[in-house]
Amino acid sequence: MNKIVEYEEIVALFNDGMTVMVGGFLGVGTPASLVRILVNNEVKNLTLIANDTAFPNAGVGPLIVLKQVKKVITSHIGTNPETARQMLIGEMKVELVPQGTLAEKIRAGGSGLGGILTPTGIGTIVEDGKQKITIDGKEYLLELPLRADVALLKAYKADRAGNLIYRRSARNFNPIMALAADLVIAEVQEIVEVGQLDPDEIMTPGILVDKVVCYGGIDDENI
Amino acid sequence: MMKTYSVKERIACRVAMEMHDGDVVNLGIGLPTLVSNYLPQNINITLHSENGFVGLAPVSEVIDPDLVNAGAQPAGIFPGGAIFDSLMSFALVRGGHVDVTVLGGLQVDEQGNLANWMVPGKMIPGMGGAMDLVVGAKKVIVAMEHNAKDGSEKILKECSLPLTGKGVVSMIVTELAVIRVTPDGLVLEEIAPNITLEEVLAKTEAKLKVSDTLTVMKYSEL
Repeated sequence: MNKIVEYEEIVALFNDGMTVMVGGFLGVGTPASLVRILVNNEVKNLTLIANDTAFPNAGVGPLIVLKQVKKVITSHIGTNPETARQMLIGEMKVELVPQGTLAEKIRAGGSGLGGILTPTGIGTIVEDGKQKITIDGKEYLLELPLRADVALLKAYKADRAGNLIYRRSARNFNPIMALAADLVIAEVQEIVEVGQLDPDEIMTPGILVDKVVCYGGIDDENI
Repeated sequence: MMKTYSVKERIACRVAMEMHDGDVVNLGIGLPTLVSNYLPQNINITLHSENGFVGLAPVSEVIDPDLVNAGAQPAGIFPGGAIFDSLMSFALVRGGHVDVTVLGGLQVDEQGNLANWMVPGKMIPGMGGAMDLVVGAKKVIVAMEHNAKDGSEKILKECSLPLTGKGVVSMIVTELAVIRVTPDGLVLEEIAPNITLEEVLAKTEAKLKVSDTLTVMKYSEL
């Protein structure tokens, strides 16, 4: 099955009000061309799930600046002042989640788990409204699963079956998000034929990936 | 002429003395990052970068846009380093596979509580990986200036800002003192050269027990 598509073929897949997960850590490992589609098509009222809100002009940052997001679930907003500004005046909801917990909530959402138990956040405002469970005398927070309508990933290489390989620290949340959305789209820099990736090297199995687009040349770097 | 060291460099030189050969260490953004510049001779540590690798190294001559540290600055990776995803990164953190974490602080209190992630209504950057690091790392060192810019105390009887972690701090290192957190409260272990005990006590709101073995601060350089 050939999962390679052109950018024009996926534009229609994005709707106002969607929940979107986007890979990346401060913009590194974020699919810039896919974010650009959301920007260019003015898709609004998004619920965004991402590690951070990056910078005003990088990563998922422009979606915040252009007020396309009604709620963001994230671990860090400090590098994009616009996020805190919109939060403080009540224009956008921000749910702050510890980074390790965010990763586990997404894993739970994509791997059939009803939640995860973590000691992170015990004794802080993160525990507000959450169930606490004691195991062997130690308290844990029950953190519930997260899923999205669409996950937007960046990978280094894909084959035509959608198998993915990431590069360096651009991996971060991408493989986890591949599990947890109804539609998974990966932006890659290089596409190879089926059989050219060694099965032992594949980091995200292609069965999780619905569509692959080749890097559109935005911020193109020669690796 | 002798090199002069800034306040932050002196704190980093003291924190560096806490590292053991072979430790896996996570250094926070800012002052904590300096620690790796002042490691004592024959001490080699492996740096964990929360965005997904161990073996964090200074940036090489050729900048790789796919390889950054947790502050999004270009980074390198040593031979023998390993890349992974955010799940593995935080499994390492929470699972007790990181020996030491060094973080900045806004407030620390007598119970070893740490506040360093938000000032309500003013500064809300988010916790990032800090809440995971403080519950998971075997040793949590807070490296910070002893007092705020306006002179107010940061080492308090009780934190007033929202906590990053409860009862998590092992040790506080400032330009004035080294303070250990014990079940019996805060113990003053070391004082910087040319600083008096009275001065440290006057600049600290928390009750400090003075160690029987109180010494002058030791540095890896200076």
